[in-house]
Amino acid sequence: MRYLPLTPADRQQMLAAIGVGSIDALYADVPAAACRDGLVELPLAMGEMEVERRFLSMAAKNVPAGAVPFFVGGGVYRHHVPAAVDHLIQRGEFLTSYTPYQPELAQGTLQYLFEFQTQVALLTGMEVANASLYDGATACAEAVLMANRATRRDKAVLSGGLHPHYRSVCETYARFAGFELAARDPARGGGEDLARSIDERTSCVVVQNPDFYGEIRDYSELAEMCHRAGALLVVVVTEIVSLGAVRPPGAMGADIVAAEGQSLGNALNFGGPHVGLFATRDKFVRQMPGRLVGQTADAEGRRGWVLTLSTREQHIRREKATSNICTNAGLCALAFTIHLALLGEEGFARLAQLNHAAAVATAQRLERLPGVQLVNQSFFNEFALRLPVPAAPIVEALAGRGILAGIPVSRFHPERAELADLLLVAATETATEDDIDRLEAGLREALI
Amino acid sequence: MNEWSQALRARAGAGSPQGPDTYSGNRALQIEEPLLFEQDGPGRCGVDLPEPTPFRSRLGGLERGEPVGLPGLSEPQIVRHFTRLSQKNYAIDSGLYPLGSCTMKHNPRLNEKLARLPGLADIHPLQPVSTVPGALELIDTLAHWLKVLTGLPAVALSPAAGAHGELCGIMTIRAALEARGERRSRILVPESAHGTNPATAAACGYAVEAIPANERGRVDLAALQAKLGPDVAALMLTNPNTCGLFESEILDIAAAVHAAGAFFYCDGANFNAIVGRVRPADLGIDCMHINLHKTFSTPHGGGGPGSGPVALAAALAPFAPLPWVVHGENGLELVEHAEGAAGQALGRLKGYHGQMGMFVRALAYMMSHGADGLKQVAEDAVLNANYLRVRLADALTQSFPGSCMHEVLFDDRFLKDTGVTTLDFAKALIDEGYHPMTMYFPLVVHGALLIEPTETESKESLDQFAAVLVELARQAQAGGAEAFRAAPRFTPRRRLDETGAARKPVLRWRPEPVQRNAAE
Repeated sequence: MRYLPLTPADRQQMLAAIGVGSIDALYADVPAAACRDGLVELPLAMGEMEVERRFLSMAAKNVPAGAVPFFVGGGVYRHHVPAAVDHLIQRGEFLTSYTPYQPELAQGTLQYLFEFQTQVALLTGMEVANASLYDGATACAEAVLMANRATRRDKAVLSGGLHPHYRSVCETYARFAGFELAARDPARGGGEDLARSIDERTSCVVVQNPDFYGEIRDYSELAEMCHRAGALLVVVVTEIVSLGAVRPPGAMGADIVAAEGQSLGNALNFGGPHVGLFATRDKFVRQMPGRLVGQTADAEGRRGWVLTLSTREQHIRREKATSNICTNAGLCALAFTIHLALLGEEGFARLAQLNHAAAVATAQRLERLPGVQLVNQSFFNEFALRLPVPAAPIVEALAGRGILAGIPVSRFHPERAELADLLLVAATETATEDDIDRLEAGLREALI
Repeated sequence: MNEWSQALRARAGAGSPQGPDTYSGNRALQIEEPLLFEQDGPGRCGVDLPEPTPFRSRLGGLERGEPVGLPGLSEPQIVRHFTRLSQKNYAIDSGLYPLGSCTMKHNPRLNEKLARLPGLADIHPLQPVSTVPGALELIDTLAHWLKVLTGLPAVALSPAAGAHGELCGIMTIRAALEARGERRSRILVPESAHGTNPATAAACGYAVEAIPANERGRVDLAALQAKLGPDVAALMLTNPNTCGLFESEILDIAAAVHAAGAFFYCDGANFNAIVGRVRPADLGIDCMHINLHKTFSTPHGGGGPGSGPVALAAALAPFAPLPWVVHGENGLELVEHAEGAAGQALGRLKGYHGQMGMFVRALAYMMSHGADGLKQVAEDAVLNANYLRVRLADALTQSFPGSCMHEVLFDDRFLKDTGVTTLDFAKALIDEGYHPMTMYFPLVVHGALLIEPTETESKESLDQFAAVLVELARQAQAGGAEAFRAAPRFTPRRRLDETGAARKPVLRWRPEPVQRNAAE
């Protein structure tokens, strides 16, 4: 077996050194009743060529985004990732290192995480960010838990414009952590009076910007109302590239930002791994979940980095920790940091403009189609269309013609007939003129 | 040399015997590297993107007003920056990484290649299910392998890491108890458990009670039985435990837990010791998370991403979180809502369908090894740990006598009266070119040193490592405390001030206010 260096002769020598006759002697503590003869019922070892053949066969059954006109978003976006990103994250010193608990051997990881924290704070307009969480949805649930701790309250208000998966994760955590949710019905791009739901038990109001239907709103007033009531405003961002064009949550008075960072540096990956971003204000830093990298000096007075404020964390505090999180999304955070470093100020703004331009062009073309209505007043790179017929069969029909047209909202809410005609369409910088032409033509035909 | 290190040098005083002894502050291959933000060249950019054709903005008047503040760098600068950073890291690729209960084994590159196939990486979780049958097949195949290896009939795949898998397992247990009308309030966790176990139990609304270890480093069965009662929801046990020992009374433990009407949760962090050889179901385990980034070699990546599928007994399976991949009338189906057979399913624990990129790598690893190779993995891991144990028997002090599983626990008795601590000893190991073992964990012995070599180390590698440890122990006992306290000396940074970092946290870069140079 190519990954196992011990030879039969090594094994014999080592058993002799240990003073046992066979490997079975080292398993003597396993109860006899639990011991089995022979091998488990699975195939035997395979060489690289054979394994690769099997995976190619599975991969060939899927339709990759890059092979077709592609307009699917819903919190996961297809962007062009510069070649340098994947090259650098595959350096073994990054790929095959552990969590940086030994700072003298991990200054590389620690420095990029410090850079990552800085980038996330800058993008969101917040004061401080952590070293990543699993994904946007779990970051959102952690934001609610943190708001509960910081305010010593136990009720969160969720906007109807929040991504349904994010809402579902919050509901799961709420059930078991024992807090209450006041969740609004899924909105169809209209405004909601969230302030009406705030009471003396409300720890936070959770909104998404742009929301699940793509609408962009100013939450400054809501932030003020939250603060007057002693509650926090949590702003979720599922498309981080939007912050190259849209006013950041920090400038609207957000207290916590929970975001998905997949768009920078990371592939679609069928939904994971992605990277959760988490930012807040300095005054809440000791309530934060997850790892934090801090600047310090070494014994020679030189600047260096360490994991810090770990008294919040499970390996020190055990059942009193702010979160049970341990492993997070280190390498995905690295990909994010490298991609954003390559973009820089100019490139990031340009990327955002290209996304917005592609979406505006797509919307203009599709809203002209008979019976099709653009729901949004505003949007960044994703918007909702109301079709004259249910959206799911249309998406399926277009997929049959090699066009991935978007997401029928009914996929999230099959029980809500009033949402069945809604289609979410995302267009990023990867959408070409030809893609948009084919989407328009395909949709026109499918609607006849 | 950047401004920061210049300032520090000025403060330390020129010619300080402690300071860097080169003009640049570099030490040959160890090159000082400023932050990205300190290399800003306005107008520079590492990408070439076209200008959009003019269009009417539809941002609703909510344009970003201020610049973000990102630095501008070109591609060569960025490649050099991250290459230099990478050279300040230790990694499995560079050497033995003996972190106990972390299973730092070789990460095969085939797995990286396969995870990047466009048909697996460039697919969207919300594109029509009809366009991703290969993805469902892969998930189902991985689930099948995990079910056979654990002997348990179901597996929840969405958890994003080990601790997330624990959350999934304990939530599932609570849901199953509630479905039979029981509200139990306590979870029992051995003292030697990883910190995530009590943190998870608390996060799910349970009171946590510690179970002491006996003098053999195993769960004290009598103490466990005394704590069991009708209000106990589960026992969370790591097996083999974090002392590197198999819980020899595990069948009695399981029987006692089940007799109390509780569930038996196993932390699968140490599955590597028994994979392919012992099935957790045969040990009476109801629920076990599996760290794909440990046993099945998906890269740790400097702290993630991980993946923590949870294998479930039949009594727990109906409550597994969404989504499910099931065999339906027309082949594999993706169940995204709590309906039909999934009517009792927990909601979601994570967005979308789990860590697909990690599933690809783990399945490639499993298929490469096969049933025979996986069993050999466990046996070689145990053999390597025991070989180190006997090689170190005279120099270090083993905490619990006798053979171990895939990791071996020592404590600091061998450092008694030397003035050298476990931490000093570990830092000296760094200068010898090794990543330290897990230190001060588990908490059940004093100054713990937990060594897990894994099966991917050769005998020669173990011999060399053992020789270094024996020599360091000799030096410590020969009165070398001063040198140990000064270690490490050859790393890019010496020991770092962790207390200072926590007292005045600096968690991000900020632009320096313009200051007059003191030398002018």
